[in-house]
Parts: sequence; structure tokens; C-alpha cells
Amino acid sequence: MRVVGKPLPKVDVRAKVTGSTLYADDLVLPDMLFCKLLRSPHPYARIKRVDVRGALEVEGVVAAITGDDLPIKYGILPVTQDEHALENEKVRYVGDPVAAVAAYDEETAALACERIVVEYEVLHPVTSIEEALSEPVDEPIHDYGGPANIHKMAALAFGDLESGFAQADHIREDVFFYEGNTHLPMEEHSAIASYVDGKLTLWSSTQTPHYVHRAVSKVMGLPMSAVRIVATPHGGGFGGKTDPFSHEMVVCKLAMVTGKPVKCTLTREEVFYAHRGRHPVLMWVRTGVKRDGKITAMHFKTALDGGAYGSYGVATTFYTGALQTATYDIPAYRFEGARVFTNKAPCGPKRGHGTPQPRFALELHLDKIAEDLGLDPVEVRRRNYVKPNTTTVNWLRITSCGLEEITNRVIQASGYHRRRRVEGHGMGFAVASYLSGAGLPIYWNKLPHSECQLKLDRGGVTAYCGATDIGQGSDTVIATVVAEELGLWPSDIRLVTGDTGLAPVDLGSYSSRVTFMAGNAALDAARKLRDLLVEVAAESMGCSPGEVEVGDGKIGALSFEETAQLAQERYGAISTAGSYRPPDLAGPYKGSGVGPSPAYSYSAAVVDLDADSKTGIVQVNKVWLAHDIGRSINPISVRGQVEGGVYMGLGEALMEEQAYRKALHKQPSMLDYKSLTFVDMPEVETILVETNDPEGPYGAKEVGQGPLLPVVPAVASAIHDALGVWVDQVPITPDKVLKALDAKVKGEAPRFGPKSFPDIPYPQCIKVDPPHVATQAV
Amino acid sequence: MSDSIVVGFTVNGRRREVLTKPHHTLLEILREDLGLTGTKHGCELGECGACTVLVDGIPQLSCLLLPHQVEGKEITTVEGLAKSGDELHPLQEAFVEVGAVQCGYCTPGMLLTAKALLDENPAPSRQEIAEALSGNICRCTGYESITRAVELAARRMEV
Repeated sequence: MRVVGKPLPKVDVRAKVTGSTLYADDLVLPDMLFCKLLRSPHPYARIKRVDVRGALEVEGVVAAITGDDLPIKYGILPVTQDEHALENEKVRYVGDPVAAVAAYDEETAALACERIVVEYEVLHPVTSIEEALSEPVDEPIHDYGGPANIHKMAALAFGDLESGFAQADHIREDVFFYEGNTHLPMEEHSAIASYVDGKLTLWSSTQTPHYVHRAVSKVMGLPMSAVRIVATPHGGGFGGKTDPFSHEMVVCKLAMVTGKPVKCTLTREEVFYAHRGRHPVLMWVRTGVKRDGKITAMHFKTALDGGAYGSYGVATTFYTGALQTATYDIPAYRFEGARVFTNKAPCGPKRGHGTPQPRFALELHLDKIAEDLGLDPVEVRRRNYVKPNTTTVNWLRITSCGLEEITNRVIQASGYHRRRRVEGHGMGFAVASYLSGAGLPIYWNKLPHSECQLKLDRGGVTAYCGATDIGQGSDTVIATVVAEELGLWPSDIRLVTGDTGLAPVDLGSYSSRVTFMAGNAALDAARKLRDLLVEVAAESMGCSPGEVEVGDGKIGALSFEETAQLAQERYGAISTAGSYRPPDLAGPYKGSGVGPSPAYSYSAAVVDLDADSKTGIVQVNKVWLAHDIGRSINPISVRGQVEGGVYMGLGEALMEEQAYRKALHKQPSMLDYKSLTFVDMPEVETILVETNDPEGPYGAKEVGQGPLLPVVPAVASAIHDALGVWVDQVPITPDKVLKALDAKVKGEAPRFGPKSFPDIPYPQCIKVDPPHVATQAV
Repeated sequence: MSDSIVVGFTVNGRRREVLTKPHHTLLEILREDLGLTGTKHGCELGECGACTVLVDGIPQLSCLLLPHQVEGKEITTVEGLAKSGDELHPLQEAFVEVGAVQCGYCTPGMLLTAKALLDENPAPSRQEIAEALSGNICRCTGYESITRAVELAARRMEV
């Protein structure tokens, strides 16, 4: 490999250190207007009347619109098109947008918003999972779902649960709670629309220009051919910019109404309301094991607090049950999940989408089982690890799997088994797995998930791909793949990405799919171009194509430029195209669309910390993180993703929470929403394990999300190791540690966490034969 | 609406005079009046560090500075760090090489805060780096690579 696997700088990084990268809010168009949204002060209310006349009287205001101007609903999932860009019937959370103003400057727009009169009929808000499950005081939040305020329920059973539990020597039940938290991207969401010649262009800090394209087209009533979405360089996403948003729709509408470009940039407070962050999830798990720790059956129940809208919630619900089996061989598995609506900012996907919560529960649950059995928690896990090239009980196809190796490496590096056993010091271990891209698209179809076109002319090579660089380095991956195949440097490749008008479709930067899918699409296109150039060079050199070496700017004896010229003389204009669609991976049951992936990454973490029994304060000293990356396309970027994932995992474990007092956000500011600063961040030792996935580009798998997952349970496990108490609820703030210690002193169960799991009217389980049974039946 | 005022200061070595409102912040003046959009905003409340610029060599949050506070001052923004189009500041070089940039949105503020640190303390310890940069939030990197970059730049600048 010439450039793959080399620690090269990212192709877009010089612009970022000189301040020349133009993020969405840096863009200025001539005669541009500024937009502000008026948001609901009530968590739940009927809208009786919205009067914008006062706003229109303010000098400098050009337009003011309400929900009546944007009547068409949208949403990221086709099954939950439940949002209005501006609500016209009901508001469902504090911050729900109801009207918008466009003015010549932002201050005027903000001032004019205050002149809008909205008459509300306040309704009784629903603020917790428990409340959402009981009969509502007023009408349900949405006119779909139910009973009560239940949005979605799932119930699946794989294999023979009864016999699995009957075979167990030991059965254990636990309850856990994972508080919600938010992405907190440094860049506040921003979007600019312009409408010229009947064509609408939207520049937006989005991770998913393709899905925004679909939504804008629907809401504006324009064909997709009249809409172009440009994903601008991105100031941080983590899943928070994967939904189509109100402000995006509003600037499009205002641009069409006024005939002028319109920009809307959210304030930090508004970013907290836009949210779509980690769902709070209450979890109950019951597992049967043999004496040696081998799992015989598992029953997992979840209840998700979804907030006010659907967002990705249906998928999130299934994700809370889907990946338990991707790490552990569970012969019989039952999952029941329910998502409820509450009058809080809508939850959605955040790094790890629906899986950090069950991972936290599952890993701690296994620790407790190991303690019950008097076994080493690492050994209990090893005895249950899935093996490469197997299919799980819920039909997930496992190919490359480095679980054994990452475990050995991280245990060895950290000295876990030789750790100091003193009160107040502890180490914890956990593993996890994540998707290298969702195996199925959001809209089920047979189309490619990623497409790449290469243009070759006198200006060199340009790669066109819809993939969206959100800072993770996807542009660099595409450039590296193309450069590798053509014998060039990544910096030689011109890139046009994240633009639905210029580049072919890529589904977006979510589900850790970009390196795997856009990488494969780029590889496909680049190999076609390479074959073409090799053939031309071979003919010119009078040898067979197999004898032509490509590299160092040369195709055989010819320079790249000479070969390119010969190729154009022979063929005229030259372009090649490549695409990627994962194999059909869904199992034979409803709900099987969530979980399958063409490859799974694996991560193992050991956390070393000190926990103070007097103050409850936890100080993390070091984290070792071993990750099965398949293969590193760019080891600098991979390491960056691992370190960033560890950082975010520590934040979720110890301090980050999107918490509410009644239905009011408690801390919609960066000062009050606690996140790790420089001084809180411990040393991270990154260990990369390459398992060379057979289907990944050059063997690569994901790294953007997986490394966060084991960190959260490993922190909780290390606290138990240090103080002998379980904190079964994140974030593990000092007060929770102290309460667990109090319980221990009083002779109660030495833990802090939820006491019970509510009764949920889950539907009848869909019984699914596991693959080996189904195969026998055929 | 308040009356406009004229404020004068030096930005990246160039003397500028701007007609602005007395309640507009330096951040707004830089980005909106002078087109220096390299300075970022993450909260506009002095909480995140993204908008850090140097005022007479001292890192300050431009979102909290009003025109009268910067009258006659020398301001350095990220656009003023590189010596030329080709020659980056050693901190910028180090950030590029080490991979201390992911989304890049906190980077300008990090670079300027780090520059002020190295100007005052050419060989800071990891702890000193962490303390100096603790007012700058980064959500991508986990800070590790930024620390490595500042250390690398410090080593190179000492030579």
C-alpha cells in the first residue's frame, strides 16, 4: 500500500488551521436576509391563534410566516412524518417553533419575533416514562401510536427461551437507567437558502444532505430535481445534525417567499432544544447462565423517553435490543422495547445510536453475574464471545471479529489482572460492537447506498461523492482510496462531496457507514479508472496490462499525465463510476432492518480510576481502548476517532445529562451542561487491531462510534472495583456514588439505580426461529 | 436602536476603523463587518472558547468584548497566524501533522490560546497546557491530539 495506512494529514486540514474553511454561518450571499424563529414557551399547548402583523410592522422586516405557510409534515423516517416546520395546531415541547421572521439583520428579526402574538391553550405536559405510560390528563401528544403516550413497541423472541432458562444454573435480574444527553456540537446549526430560476439551493450544516433533499422537496412541493442541498464543512455532528430541521425548511420557504437568500443560525440555547440526542432509557435484563458463566438465555426490556417527536425513534427502539448478540453468543433471546412521547425536546441518534444504553446495562449485568458465580468478569465474557463467520440468534451476520485479540491486548496493556487492590482505586473492563453502516437504507429500496464518480481530464482527477465530511475525515478517506488505486497522493485528488446537485447520492454521515460504503464506491470507481489507464499505457508500452505497475505518479513507464492524455485521445471524455450496496442482510422477520451491517467493529476498554468514598468524586487516571478497525485507511484519523469516542463516553459516564425540571430544560447552556474539559481528560492508550474485513475497503471497518460504547460500563465497573458499590445509572455523579455507599452502610443492596421496571403492554412477541433452526426446516 | 459609533483598532497588523453599534461584540465586528470569519462562535456567552482572539497578546473571548474595550488595541485572529500562504505558524503545522483537527470549529480558538501560552511559557508541561486550554471546549478530539500538537510546536519553536 502506498498511501493507505500511512499517517498522512487530512486533505482539508490546512484550511481549518488558517480559518479559511467556510462553515454554514460563514457564508454570506448578496442581499441576504436573516431569520429568527419564535419558539413555544410552553411544553404542551394548543395553538389558538398566531398573529404576525406586529412583526411585519417592524422596520427592516421583509416577511413573517406561520405554520399555515408550511402545512406539509416531514420527518426522517417514512413511518413517522410527524413534524411541521412551524407548528400550527399544537406545540409539544419548550422550544417548538411556531413562527419565523426574515429581516435585513438578525437583531431586527429577533425584535420582530417578540411582536408576534400567539394565543395558547395550555395542556397538561407529560414529562416522564411513567407518566407517558398512564392515561393522559389531556389528549395524547400525537394522534398515532398508543395506548396512552406510547409511540412504538417492539417484541421479538429468538430461539427457545423457556428451555434456555430451564437449563441455567443461575438466573439474575437487574434494572438500569441511562439518562439522556446531547451532542453539544461546537458549531450551532446554520442554514442558508436561495431560490433562483425556480431552483432552490440550501447550504446547511447537515450530516445527511440526501435525506434533507427528500424532506425539503416534500415540504416545499418541489421536485427533487429543483432542489439542491449542499452540506457545508461541518462544525461537529455526532448524530445531532442527521434529521431534517425546522430552520432548514423555514429558510427555504422564506427564500421562496421573498426572492432573497435567507440565513438562520441557531443560538446555543436553541441547539439544546433542537437536540435529537441520546434517549433516556430504562432497562430490565434477565439472564440465565451455566456455572461456568455460559449464557443460556436472555430477556431484555427497554423503555425509551423519546421526547416530543418521532425522529429516528423507531430505529432507536430496535437498536436498544439489536446488538447484544453481536458480542455474545446468546442461544435464546427475547427483546421487548417501547418508546414513549413526552413533552421534552425530541431525542434521536447520538454516537452509538440506541446501543450505549443497553451496552451499559449488559456489561454491568455480566459483571454482576461473574461476581455471583465467583468468576473473573473477563473470563465470563470470553466464554460467551461470538466467533467470526457465524450468524447470531437474531440473524446478524458476523464476519471479521477481533474480540479475542482486543480483549487480550487491552487486558495485557492495562495490567488489569495485576491491578492494585486498595480501597478507592479500581479498574473496569467492558467490550462492545458497532455497525460499519446500517445494512438497510432508511427508505427500503434496491438503490446503491453510496455512489462515486471520477472525472479525468487535463485538470487531473476529481472525485464526486455525496458523502459528507463532518470532521471525521471522510473526504480524506475518499481521496486516499482513489490516490491508492491511481498511484497518486491524496492531496492530488480534487473533491466534490456532500452536494446533492453536483455529486451522486451517498446516504450520509450516520451509522458509521462512510468509510465502508463511500470507501467501497470510490474503490469501485477508481479501479475502473485504473484499469482503463493501465490498458492504454500497456498498449503504448507494447506489453500486457498485467505488467504495468501503478505508483509514484506513474502508470508503467509513462507519467500519470501522459497516460491521461493518451486515454482522452483514444476515448474522449473520461469518467468512471462506482457504487456500493450492502448484501441483503435482513433476517426473515419484521424489525430485522435494524441491526444488520456488512461488518461489525469491536472495541474493548479498561478504565483505571480513583473514587473518593468521602466526596463521591471520581478521577479517571487512564483509559486503554483496543479497537478492531479491520484496517486503518488513515491511522491518525482512526486514533482521533478512538480518543474522541473515549472522551465522549467519559462525559456520558460521569457528567453529561440533558435533564429537565418538570418539562423545562435544566441547563441549556454550555457552562451548565457539563462536559469534560482539558483538565478532566485522562490519558488514552489506543490499540488498533487489524482483522482485514473481507468486504471493507482494503479491509477497513468503522471507528466513529464503537469506541464510545465500552467506556461507559467500564467506568461503572471500575467504581465498583474501587468502592464495592454499583451505580446502575448514568451519569455517575458524586451524589449517586455517595447514595450507593450510604445504602451499603445501612446494610441495603450496595447500589444506586432504578428499583423497578414498569408494566408495559408490549404486544405478543413475534417468535423467530434462529438461523440454524430455520435452515434445518428448509 | 442605539446610535452608531466608530471604533478603531489593529487586526493582524492592519489598522481598521469600523462603524458599529456600541452593544455589538468584537466577535460580530470581526465576522460581520470585517469578513474575518475564521473566528468562530459556539455560544456567544463566554462559555466555550471558540471565539478566542488575542488582544494585545492576551487570549480573550471576542463574544464578550464591546467596542470601547478594544479601542486602540492590537488584535490577532487565526487569519493572522500564518507568516504567508505557504508558511504556517509552528502551532498550525503541528495541528496539521498530529491530527489535532477534526471538525476544526474549535481550532482557531485553540491555536490562539496555545500561542499565548507558548509566547509566555515556551516549554509548558502537559498539566500547564491543559490548564491554559481548559476554557476551550472541543467535542471531537478528546483533547489528546491537541496536547500532542502543542508539545510538538513547543519543541520546534524552542530550537
